[in-house]
Amino acid sequence: MSLIRYQNPEAAAWPAFGRLSTLRDELDSLFELPFWSNFGRQTQLFSGWTPALDLYQNNDNIVAMIELPGMQKEDIEISLHDGMLTISGERKDETQDGERAERSERYVGTFRRSVTLPTRVDANKVNATYKDGILTVTLPKAEEAKPKQIQVNVS
Amino acid sequence: MNTTVRESRNGQRAQAEQFVAPISSVIEDPEKYLLHLEMPGVNKEGLEIAVENNELTILGRRSLPSIEGVLIHRESRPHDFRRTFELDPSIDTGRIAGKIDQGVVMLTLPKAEQVKPRKIKVD
Repeated sequence: MSLIRYQNPEAAAWPAFGRLSTLRDELDSLFELPFWSNFGRQTQLFSGWTPALDLYQNNDNIVAMIELPGMQKEDIEISLHDGMLTISGERKDETQDGERAERSERYVGTFRRSVTLPTRVDANKVNATYKDGILTVTLPKAEEAKPKQIQVNVS
Repeated sequence: MNTTVRESRNGQRAQAEQFVAPISSVIEDPEKYLLHLEMPGVNKEGLEIAVENNELTILGRRSLPSIEGVLIHRESRPHDFRRTFELDPSIDTGRIAGKIDQGVVMLTLPKAEQVKPRKIKVD
């Protein structure tokens, strides 16, 4: 007669379950994000570099956050035209002579990203910071676009 | 779907942390390898680099600027970064050095003396 070590069936099932739930999360995230936003990122091979852009809104400002790792501050250009915010720039090739790229996934060259802002903004008060590879552009809303409380007197 | 999962067991329940594999480049020259990884939102404090069993693991935890307001459009992934590389036996693991600048991790992996190309003179 042979003895077989008792295995806790629950413990053995866990790792497989974990991977399964990850697959589910992945699929969920496909639906959570707008379809085209992911589509643009996936097809980077054909369209160059499409940095991820997030947009926030509060009562006073619209804030854009763009992932731009490894840039020089001077190489980033921000412009505003007709309610459209455009961020463009160039990432330079840093490889020196004698170095050989073994395997390269990083994009080198120019990029351009535009987004239509949901409200009018005050172009003179736009402020931008670049830290840890993330560009944050704060665009104060124009006075007429700010939400206002209107008092209605019922008589 | 370039997401990796690390499983850790705390007590009874298995917990899964989700990571995104950062975009990276490997550059080689006769003296060393250079490894660049894009981790926007990661600074020095959030970076963990470990060498174990000839594997180099780079983990970057993001500390994103906190912005007041409602998110109206999102393209970024909410996960932290993690990627593992198998090290070539020619790399001198004791002399690996690195820095992070504007969300790009730059690691220098020097080659061991005995594998560097050299000329042998014949008398």
